[in-house]
Amino acid sequence: MIRIPIERYRLDNGMEIVLSREDAAPVVALNIWYGVGSRNERAGRTGFAHLFEHMMFQGSKHVPEMGHFALIEKAGGSLNGSTWLDRTNYFETLPANYLELGLWLESDRLGWLLPAMTQEKLDNQRDVVKNERRWRVDNQPYGDWDERIQALMYPPDHPYHHSVIGSMEDLDAASLEDVEQFFRTYYAPNNAVLTLCGDFDPTQARELIAQYFGQLPRGPDIPPIPGRTRLEPVMGGEVRELVHQDVSLPRVYVTYRIPPFGGAEYYTALVTSYILGYGKAALLYRSLVREQQVAQDVVAYAFPIVVGASMLVTWATARPGRSAADVERAFTEQIERLRDVDDADVQRAVNLLATERLNELQRLDERADQLSMYTQLFDEPERINTEVDRIRAVTPQHVRDFAARYLGTDNRAVLTYVPREVGA
Amino acid sequence: MTPIDRSRVPPAGPPPRVTLPHIEQRALSNGLTLLVVEMRELPVVDVALVTRSGAHADLSDVAGRAHLAADLLDEGTTSRSALQIAEEADLLGAALHARATWDDTEVGMHVLTPRFARAMDLLIDVALHPAYAEAEVERKRKERLAAILQEQDEPRVVASNEFARVVYGDAHPYGSPIGGTARSVSALDRGALAAFHEARQRPGNAFLVVVGDVVADEVVRALEPVLGAWQDAPVPEVDVPTAGPPGSTTIHVVDRPGAPQSELRIGHIGPPRGAPDYFALLVLNTIFGGAFTSRLNSRLREEKGFTYGAGSAFAFRRDGGPFVASSAVFTGASAEAVGIVLHEMQRIREERVSDEELDRAKSYLALGLPRRLETTADILRIVSEQELHGLGDRYYDEYVERVRAVSREDVLEAAQRRFDPAHATVVVAGDHAEIAGPLEALGVGPVVKAASRAETELNRTGT
Repeated sequence: MIRIPIERYRLDNGMEIVLSREDAAPVVALNIWYGVGSRNERAGRTGFAHLFEHMMFQGSKHVPEMGHFALIEKAGGSLNGSTWLDRTNYFETLPANYLELGLWLESDRLGWLLPAMTQEKLDNQRDVVKNERRWRVDNQPYGDWDERIQALMYPPDHPYHHSVIGSMEDLDAASLEDVEQFFRTYYAPNNAVLTLCGDFDPTQARELIAQYFGQLPRGPDIPPIPGRTRLEPVMGGEVRELVHQDVSLPRVYVTYRIPPFGGAEYYTALVTSYILGYGKAALLYRSLVREQQVAQDVVAYAFPIVVGASMLVTWATARPGRSAADVERAFTEQIERLRDVDDADVQRAVNLLATERLNELQRLDERADQLSMYTQLFDEPERINTEVDRIRAVTPQHVRDFAARYLGTDNRAVLTYVPREVGA
Repeated sequence: MTPIDRSRVPPAGPPPRVTLPHIEQRALSNGLTLLVVEMRELPVVDVALVTRSGAHADLSDVAGRAHLAADLLDEGTTSRSALQIAEEADLLGAALHARATWDDTEVGMHVLTPRFARAMDLLIDVALHPAYAEAEVERKRKERLAAILQEQDEPRVVASNEFARVVYGDAHPYGSPIGGTARSVSALDRGALAAFHEARQRPGNAFLVVVGDVVADEVVRALEPVLGAWQDAPVPEVDVPTAGPPGSTTIHVVDRPGAPQSELRIGHIGPPRGAPDYFALLVLNTIFGGAFTSRLNSRLREEKGFTYGAGSAFAFRRDGGPFVASSAVFTGASAEAVGIVLHEMQRIREERVSDEELDRAKSYLALGLPRRLETTADILRIVSEQELHGLGDRYYDEYVERVRAVSREDVLEAAQRRFDPAHATVVVAGDHAEIAGPLEALGVGPVVKAASRAETELNRTGT
């Protein structure tokens, strides 16, 4: 099986470095995780971590506006960044001889973002993000499901209560001072993991990293995550919401509170999600889509987040002529069957997951992102090589116990969309 | 530690040598072409059986036929039920797929080497012996009809479908969605799907690509007894009508009352994959709308803040696929954004692009090649593209050189030959009450309200 080589060390300023050499192709992937996401936002500024991610592409002291994109495109590279509940990441894949370019660009915005900030840039990117929200959420069928589900699943004082994209009102309220304060609080070497994967000379890479990142000053300690971060293992009841929307078919979202990403029970949840929803032999597909033909599609997955609790997310869209209640009834029946799941169904899910994990690791950018993730979240990059063992350790009995403990009606949120009445 | 000068862009090291994987070309006794690429680093194999018949063969009254025929391949064979196929694939850890594009039908999978032989048996059975059982056909047909209903809710799909319909018309295969319309799919039955498969799934009309931890000679030896026995027969020609010449610019509005954004689709018919100016077109499109720093994205997103993103693409197919610029802009910016796209189409026909733009676009394409060739699935994709479009086996070896050879004059000529803003079709899916007036005031052409979905279906039923 695969064994990804890992060299790990820490700079004096607290920045974590992970190097993983693989010279099959003359390509190098750079990846940085900052330990900040929507969970760190304060009330009235939801969506700020993500808006800030956009500002990181607007140039820094030595890099002109659009320069970051232009220089990487000119090198034949690809780049992007993304914001999630627990983190923000930035990444580029470059021809191997452009490694130094990537390090220069990433270090310049970590060291010198603020001198290049202007109100005009903020206003422009605020407009872009508001359009991103319209595109992803407001102008999409069922597009607001995740913010509704997060609000149902987590109490108002929990950091996962609000969505990553935030509200239009909060985006309007964001100021240049917020940008400055956010940068000084969270964008520090001691809150970052830098990973390099691919074709590079390790000695030269260490030298370049020292030159570009080693001289940046350590920042203040990272403030604790605001609000309530502990949660009861199960919700103790069912919460429901019914939404009338311009959609052709009803859809039901059912989510359960599960233990956070990282522990053994999370991997049981992951295997369970595959038993339920992955591929045409999966329980929900087999029953709801193929046999009963009550649903048009089914989806199930575990949500890898770490503060207090994670979620097992599922949804199914009703077939024309079938109601949301029909779908929910059929769904709940299959969930109950998990308490007595067949060994073969568990084996199938484990095999699928193992192949999929191995396949993902063919890509350098994926390797780099996972190494940053395991370092940032668990201080353990080596988990990239033991992940499949964690999956293989899940037994049918684990799944049965897990289903009995977590997948009951006392531990879930049900969000139902139904077509708006014509003329209403 | 040596201090560094941050004010300059760091120099690049010496460029690495890009070696493209070697393709072993073989043939089985029945003429089936085998293309094998040995990549031995990881114990994985990607494989695809590609048939040179896709949705391009579906004239309008059977729109969706190739798509549904492919979708049913893994829903039961003459010796395995649909559920058996799914369970067997999952237990082998083989990710099996069957799908049709405009140009081909592909049955493929990704699997670990130790299970390659067993998984290959399954793949061949699925590709060559589908049962098209009545019950499964009926189930998948209903599923597709429901999916067509769902597509009405998606502004992006609504805009793209309407654009294709207006540009190509109802008679041309490219005028209908690849998955068909409610009317065409309602009329598809077991006989139509089985006949499509029977007529086109033939060794002379297909090729097999294998990439990964295998040895070419062993693959040929193992497959000859199974695939070599597959009988060849001539494949019927399809007489695809020529799409009519474009009229002058018309703006079609698909009404989405209350929509916060308008989905824009602007363009016309483009050239086929085999066009001689293909490389100039790649560079032209990269500058125009094919990269983040392209003119469209710079103007509509970074300058105006109208959108989350704007781009353009030539859909290179066997026949001339569409050239289309797309964006989703907030409702109040709809007309101005349409004006900007048409203006940029005109401007790039009149002025040569700058040296800086040309250099950036060429480097983006040329230096970006190794990044696109990382995985076994990546290699499978390019080998398959090369074979499907008859690009020649030196195509990717010469790719960098041919991109580098494109000049500012080539880009200008390509724009003059291939961009046609005076005859562009503009489709806007958005709030008609809000946007029709401003679009009219643009003065580029008449604004017409597109027929609603129900009306369109009704009209088609009448023809």
